[in-house]
Amino acid sequence: MRIGIDVGGTNTDAVLMDGNTVAAAVKRSTSPDVTSGIIEALAGLQEQRAFHDDDIEAVMIGTTHFINALIEARRLAPTAAVRLGLPATASLPPFVDWPAPLVQAMRGRPYLAHGGHEFDGREISPLDPDELKRHAADIASSGARSVAISSVFSPINSELELQAQEVLQAELGPDVAFSLSHEIGRIGLLERENATIINAALRELATTIVDGLASSVAGSGLTAPLFLSQNDGTLMDVEYARRYPVATFASGPTNSMRGAAVLSGLDTCAVVDVGGTTSDVGVLTQGFPREATGEVTVSGVRTNFRMPDVLSIGIGGGSLIRENGALVGPDSVGYRLTTEALVFGGSTLTATDVAVAAGRADIGDAGLVKHLPKATIDRALEEIAARVADVVERMRTSAAPLPVVAVGGGSVLLPDELEGLGKVHRPENFAVANAIGAAIAQVSGEIDKVYAISEGRRSTVVDEARQEAVDRAIAAGADPSSVEIVDFDEVPIPYLPGNATRIRAKAVGDLALTAVVK
Amino acid sequence: MTASTAVIRQLTKIDEAQIRDLARGAAILGTGGGGDPYVGRLLAEAAVREHGPVDVVPLVDVPDDAVVVSAAMMGAPTVMVEKLPTGAQFAQAVRALTDRLGILPTHIACIEAGGVNSTTPIVAAAELGLPLIDGDGMGRAFPEVQMVLPTLYGHAAAPMSVADEKGNSLVLDTIDNRWAERLARTATVEMGCSVSTAQYVLSGRQLKESFVPGTLSLCVELGQTLVQARAANADPVAAVAELLAGRILLEGKVTDIERRTHTGFARGVAHIAGTGTDEARCAVLRFQNEHLMVEVDGKIETTSPDLIIVLDAETGEPITTEGLRYGARVRVVTAPADPRWHSEAAHRLAGPAYFGYDTCPVLFDGTPVPA
Repeated sequence: MRIGIDVGGTNTDAVLMDGNTVAAAVKRSTSPDVTSGIIEALAGLQEQRAFHDDDIEAVMIGTTHFINALIEARRLAPTAAVRLGLPATASLPPFVDWPAPLVQAMRGRPYLAHGGHEFDGREISPLDPDELKRHAADIASSGARSVAISSVFSPINSELELQAQEVLQAELGPDVAFSLSHEIGRIGLLERENATIINAALRELATTIVDGLASSVAGSGLTAPLFLSQNDGTLMDVEYARRYPVATFASGPTNSMRGAAVLSGLDTCAVVDVGGTTSDVGVLTQGFPREATGEVTVSGVRTNFRMPDVLSIGIGGGSLIRENGALVGPDSVGYRLTTEALVFGGSTLTATDVAVAAGRADIGDAGLVKHLPKATIDRALEEIAARVADVVERMRTSAAPLPVVAVGGGSVLLPDELEGLGKVHRPENFAVANAIGAAIAQVSGEIDKVYAISEGRRSTVVDEARQEAVDRAIAAGADPSSVEIVDFDEVPIPYLPGNATRIRAKAVGDLALTAVVK
Repeated sequence: MTASTAVIRQLTKIDEAQIRDLARGAAILGTGGGGDPYVGRLLAEAAVREHGPVDVVPLVDVPDDAVVVSAAMMGAPTVMVEKLPTGAQFAQAVRALTDRLGILPTHIACIEAGGVNSTTPIVAAAELGLPLIDGDGMGRAFPEVQMVLPTLYGHAAAPMSVADEKGNSLVLDTIDNRWAERLARTATVEMGCSVSTAQYVLSGRQLKESFVPGTLSLCVELGQTLVQARAANADPVAAVAELLAGRILLEGKVTDIERRTHTGFARGVAHIAGTGTDEARCAVLRFQNEHLMVEVDGKIETTSPDLIIVLDAETGEPITTEGLRYGARVRVVTAPADPRWHSEAAHRLAGPAYFGYDTCPVLFDGTPVPA
């Protein structure tokens, strides 16, 4: 059996999964310290269905900690960004086009150095170790504790980033963490570098959080290996998570969608995840979320890591209701729902209170919302339904019917039928879909490279690219017999000689539990 | 574009506030190509921050004896977003050319208002402290050096310079503008596929007869129109079509897309199934670097040189040929190119046959070009 845990801003959910069947499911409030919420949730599972440590093959955790830390600009490490590429790129140094408060929050310092490659693999200029040593001295005196390194065309040749790390690490010592852009993003220097800087700023928090997660699991008497969910709904081990916290950014919506797929038996559908603060709408095709094309802006910063295409609106269970129901959200009481909502004896009218008053949910004390006027209740629920339906409509990609699956604790806010879309599917255990998505996650490998395809060699190049993705999935812990290519894309690049083509391939397989036990 | 110039506010200078709108509008005139203006916008913003605002001169006000140099990027947009250019290399390309010719430039011009080359002349003008001409050589985007109106007036692209970020430059002398394209393209590859160029040294008199007036102002107006229409909950796509005196051909969803590489140029076809009032209609969009031909239910509705613009159906944001994805909800707008693009010589330069489509040119309103 596996345990899936979803640590959200409001709730901590946990499920015990026997294959694709939910053996136990609990929901607890997220504690400010995270740890005790997880321990409580695990104890809750144990109460529902007693299990022994030996029964548990793996524990999977999805968390929104890192993206929330960025959005709130808190607990970010002082970060230096070193870019290799001079004399190119000099006019647009690292942190260009960033929101100033975020740069200040991480005391961001940009550095430019020689290095980088041309599109065809030649060096733009050789690495200059003395230049890097001078930068290291400045970084040390500035107090930066985390360093992001980017290099022009590093997705094609990563050598210079690795060499620069060696030089800088020797100067700065082992306590400074390094994040390298070729391991994080793809072609598009600024966007890849931005994602790398964000990762660097989150490295210290990653250590704290991952240690906390590991100790709460161990503290509950579990010795099974621990994994974290990544953006694409696949898994990474704890060591990887310490180094690449940015890879968890979109795991919340992804897990929710994939959990819904398993629960509803629909593998192509729109999934509406109504949480405490937002409703996230995504589309699942054959069990995997459709990915956003192009750049994704996170907290005002342009990045290009692959995120599921999710449209969010500020409607959730904790959303404030104002103007007699005409205004819902976007602000929310968040994790304070259980103290501030009317049904819990608080004084704030929230969407949850409206759902309870309408008889759609049995949460808290229904007697406390009896006094609400029917007009306010109806108006608020209509507003919620109309706005959610509009977002689903916008996410549709074809005229073909697209089933709608509602999940998340706040999905009681939705009616049984959405106008123009039809029946709303509410799978059993839907309130813990995120945790289920985490528990059923698989392992992936992917490549995203530019190839020069000479005459008659196309099929060989394509085969090589596919094989490389498969090999990476297996290296990441996938059972070789279960690995298959789930996504393949080739786009010719204009104006480059030699039929340059960008190929992206992604392979996914089941976690080979025996192979990765650590 | 002549039909609506009356409503376009005339730019007199460019500072940081205008550049974002200008780049957004330029992406619309880019008709799917011309490169992502994001990096161009950042470069222009950085240049204006460092050197101060750039004065903009209306085409009609340019003295006959002015010495005008066009500044542009050349190469692969994919490389430009990775190996970011330096601001100084734009000025360097201009200096390499004017020093060699022993002339003093008085103005900088934009040769291509569509895409990234709408902002690169701002960088050159700011670096050199020269005024910028409000106009361009195309009124849209095209992929090759010779595909500009000055070619039709017999004006030469070369002497033309090519400069990289390392300090290398070369000056080309060629027998015609197609050779300028060919030799500059070869040098571009050797220099890492993203270079700055200075080209089409024209007198004020030559410039005034051969350039499209007011296109930088038009770009800013287009960008502002998009933002304002959205803010007012008005239809941004309709606003863009009106400003360009064009029409909304169809609204639909991309249902199929295929891309092939053919002799170094990406050639693609997208199928768009009509939605809403266009339900049951079906469009076929053919593109290379730009959108070049669109058919609806088997009838050719518009071809190059007129403008075929694909916009996000909701937001009105332009969608590039590379950014076209299955499932995207789009509206296709067609709009007239400068009328000088509709001579026989112009069609040989940039009509559908030049791009390998065996058809006569069709105007933006679906009618054939009058003989």
